[in-house]
Amino acid sequence: MSLVIGVPRETFPGEMRVATVPEVVQKLIKQGFAVVVESGAGNAANISDDEYRAAGAEVLGSAAEVWAKGDIVFKVRGPSAEEVGLLKEGGTLASFIWPAQNPELMQQLAAKKATVLAMDSVPRISRAQKLDALSSMANISGYRAVIEAASHFGRFFTGQITAAGKVPPAKVFVIGAGVAGLAAIGTAANLGAIVRANDTRPEVADQITSLGGEYVGVDYQEDGSGTGGYAKVMSEGFQKAQRDVFAQQAKDVDIIITTALIPGKPAPLLITADMVKSMKPGSVIVDIAGGNCELTKAGEVVVAHGVTIIGYTDLPNRLPKQASTLYATNLFRLSEDLVKTKSVDPAGEGAAAIHMNMEDEVIRGTTVINQGEVTWPPPPPKLSAAPAQQAKPAAPPPPPAHGAPSAPSSPARVATLFVFGALLFWLIGVGAPTAFLGHFTVFVLGCFIGYMVVWNVTPALHTPLMSVTNAISSIIVIGALVQVAPPLADGITRPEVLIKCLAGAAIALTAINMFGGFAVTRRMLGMFRKN
Amino acid sequence: MSANLATVSYIGATILFILSLGGLSHPETSRRGNLYGMIGMAIAVLATVFGPRVTASGYPWIIVALLIGGSVGLYAARVVKMTEMPELVAMMHSFVGLAACLVGYASYIDPSVQFVGAEKTIHEVEIYVGILIGAVTFSGSLIAFGKLSGKIGGKPLLLPGRHWLNLAALLIVIWFGHAFINAETPAQGLPSLIIMTVIALLFGIHMVMAIGGADMPVVVSMLNSYSGWAASATGFMLSNDLLIVTGSLVGSSGAILSYIMCRAMNRNFISVIAGGFGSGGAPTKGGAAEQPEGEVTPVSAQETAELLREAKNIVIVPGYGMAVAQAQHTVNEIVQYLRSKGANVRFAIHPVAGRMPGHMNVLLAEAKVPYDIVLEMDEINEDFPDTDVVMVIGANDIVNPAAQEDPNSPIAGMPVLEVWKAGTSIVMKRSMASGYAGVDNPLFYKENNRMLFGDAKKMLDEVLAALKA
Repeated sequence: MSLVIGVPRETFPGEMRVATVPEVVQKLIKQGFAVVVESGAGNAANISDDEYRAAGAEVLGSAAEVWAKGDIVFKVRGPSAEEVGLLKEGGTLASFIWPAQNPELMQQLAAKKATVLAMDSVPRISRAQKLDALSSMANISGYRAVIEAASHFGRFFTGQITAAGKVPPAKVFVIGAGVAGLAAIGTAANLGAIVRANDTRPEVADQITSLGGEYVGVDYQEDGSGTGGYAKVMSEGFQKAQRDVFAQQAKDVDIIITTALIPGKPAPLLITADMVKSMKPGSVIVDIAGGNCELTKAGEVVVAHGVTIIGYTDLPNRLPKQASTLYATNLFRLSEDLVKTKSVDPAGEGAAAIHMNMEDEVIRGTTVINQGEVTWPPPPPKLSAAPAQQAKPAAPPPPPAHGAPSAPSSPARVATLFVFGALLFWLIGVGAPTAFLGHFTVFVLGCFIGYMVVWNVTPALHTPLMSVTNAISSIIVIGALVQVAPPLADGITRPEVLIKCLAGAAIALTAINMFGGFAVTRRMLGMFRKN
Repeated sequence: MSANLATVSYIGATILFILSLGGLSHPETSRRGNLYGMIGMAIAVLATVFGPRVTASGYPWIIVALLIGGSVGLYAARVVKMTEMPELVAMMHSFVGLAACLVGYASYIDPSVQFVGAEKTIHEVEIYVGILIGAVTFSGSLIAFGKLSGKIGGKPLLLPGRHWLNLAALLIVIWFGHAFINAETPAQGLPSLIIMTVIALLFGIHMVMAIGGADMPVVVSMLNSYSGWAASATGFMLSNDLLIVTGSLVGSSGAILSYIMCRAMNRNFISVIAGGFGSGGAPTKGGAAEQPEGEVTPVSAQETAELLREAKNIVIVPGYGMAVAQAQHTVNEIVQYLRSKGANVRFAIHPVAGRMPGHMNVLLAEAKVPYDIVLEMDEINEDFPDTDVVMVIGANDIVNPAAQEDPNSPIAGMPVLEVWKAGTSIVMKRSMASGYAGVDNPLFYKENNRMLFGDAKKMLDEVLAALKA
């Protein structure tokens, strides 16, 4: 009997998302789960019941049935009081919970002896990124924030030279380069705007640049990296320096997108009414964090001093299908982790049981209630998502390219080599007979020619080089040839048969090399062809 | 043919050999280069055979020996698989070494050329050294052949006190060399010569046995170099300039290749020859190497195909695993398909990928991959940040970021292909086993890395099928 995943329709007013999509249903079923979906659950996200059915899910008429049948319930928003009532005694629920803000909900769920996995409490470690629903939603928020800004902004984002004259590009300033901020930077840059961004954590400067933004720093020495990859509250001096930078930017840019959040604290006030006043009429502010701008009204669009201030709190909801797909995939990854850590299932097939491995950092962090026992907050994460900056080991200098002139050696070394070489040559000059010296000259020059010629060989042809040098070294055959039957001076006898056999064998061996080497080189080179 | 005419022919042959190596600077000119080599060799052989040092009575011997050797060589060249090139090359090195030995012995017992005084001593030293190099080349190459073809295990054989053994061998060789030069007649000198040959053979075996699988490219190029020096030594022995020049060309060529290979692994030539690398118990200096942590993300062939289909810029990094699985033809089909869909697909070749220098290039050429999309490490390393997908096929150490990031890693400082800078990297591997260097690879645990486990050929066939579906 496989475990059943229940996906009810979201009941919160205006909620467009759904906790699973047909593609993910297929994957869940492959993993051994059965899936039941409430009729109409995907309507707001443009997913019909038929699509769920085609993916293998069972579509049930009422929410009560889904809640009753589901061993595990997947939701987007935290359950309402009625929904908690529908939850099975001892059932499992995975959704956004926000345990800090909803102590009552936590108590109700605990009373039901439920196991609750809060998608907002996934620890911020690298391994858990695939199930980090907050990042998924933040990504959508960042994208949508730019789209909202564009629709309220009276000009192009990209600069153009048209027949009717020149259009300057829009200037966008993004505050906070977390997931949402980076998504906003990328989207705005893709639309052609000039994008600047600020963050209290200096290590994100590279990420900003990589997305096409320009990092605007605050000239004040303080690192804003907190635990878990989030920012922390900054000192008074820093905040003043930061406000100066923002005030300067406000005068210059057309669009400001603020995403600055510090976990467990109200969003910091960064854009004052005075700054809004200093902006050009027609400018737009999108306050994703809700509270970064003094004049923001939550959930509304207001116009103040000729500046449109967008305070929507439901940005992911405005892209329901995308948000649902990403969220459903996050939930799927969570289920994968749960199944992976289950105790060995003798049947092999089908996920007969999920296993809450509380030793696993990801599952421990995500689980806020385990069979009625509140396990929130979890112990702090051990690793920062962006590891604290380590002293980078000095990378060894890259070796020079093939054949490139290397740096001159140190004078002492050159001198030593010189003296050594001179000594060697002197010894040879003193001891060796004239005939040898002639050959020695040839030898040394041969080495130099070989050195020059071979450095020019392209590395792609190193194997043919080896086989052709192999063939060429069969020149040793000459040594054997001259010994087979040399003209003999009178009176000299030699062990004819032995020498002939030795030389004959040598000729045969070198002939293998000679013919084989050239032939195989020819074969290889014939294969190299141009496009 | 007069002696002078023979000498002039030799000069012509020398020039042709130099042109032959020079032609290899570019694939376009390389075929002509090979032809020059053949002509040069033909001139050299004919000039010798019809020259003053060979009388007509030797012709039957020469023709029979050439016919036997030539047909064996041509047959081997025709049937050898491109994946087996390192074995063939190692085998051929051993022939050169053995031939040098035989010529040396024949020259010693041949009384037709007589020297006196210092010339006699030098001649005998040349014979002694020539046979020494030839014997080491011969036995070393045979062992290399065994290791490359898998007949002998790749693990280094480390005898206790092996450096002392080698030193002792050297001293014995010098001692007998002294005895050999002081010998009055060939009959007196022969025992010393034979003992030295045996020691040299043992030394060659011991030297290559102590070298691990990862260092095989260095060994193959080093033996290539030795075979050249053996030819040069024979040239000195016979007072033949053609042999000296040709030998020195080959010798320096092999030496340069060894140097390039050593540098590509950030290893010192001496330490490669001293052996022991790749034994599992990798040497660490100053603190333990970091153990990579995290988990790997496996993918299926289907998902790989999807990643490839969506990528605009693709780089493929082949390694020895591709050669073992004989996957190069499937790789080419995948590349052709992706290119027909407009993707920019290129290959990145690390200098020590495979078992001999340039091995991967030959395999890809065999599979009809055009050489202008096959790039060297230095040419392509900067492009990885702009690459969407990197596919690593059966390679490990050459894409290991620990070489740059972890100063305690045994391969620290080795130049590597920076595949982790690409959008996504897919590593095709049989299992999580470490590479030849015995070093764990943090690349596998990176977030943007995916693992495609299984036999390279089989998985690539599936990827191709999924792409075309």
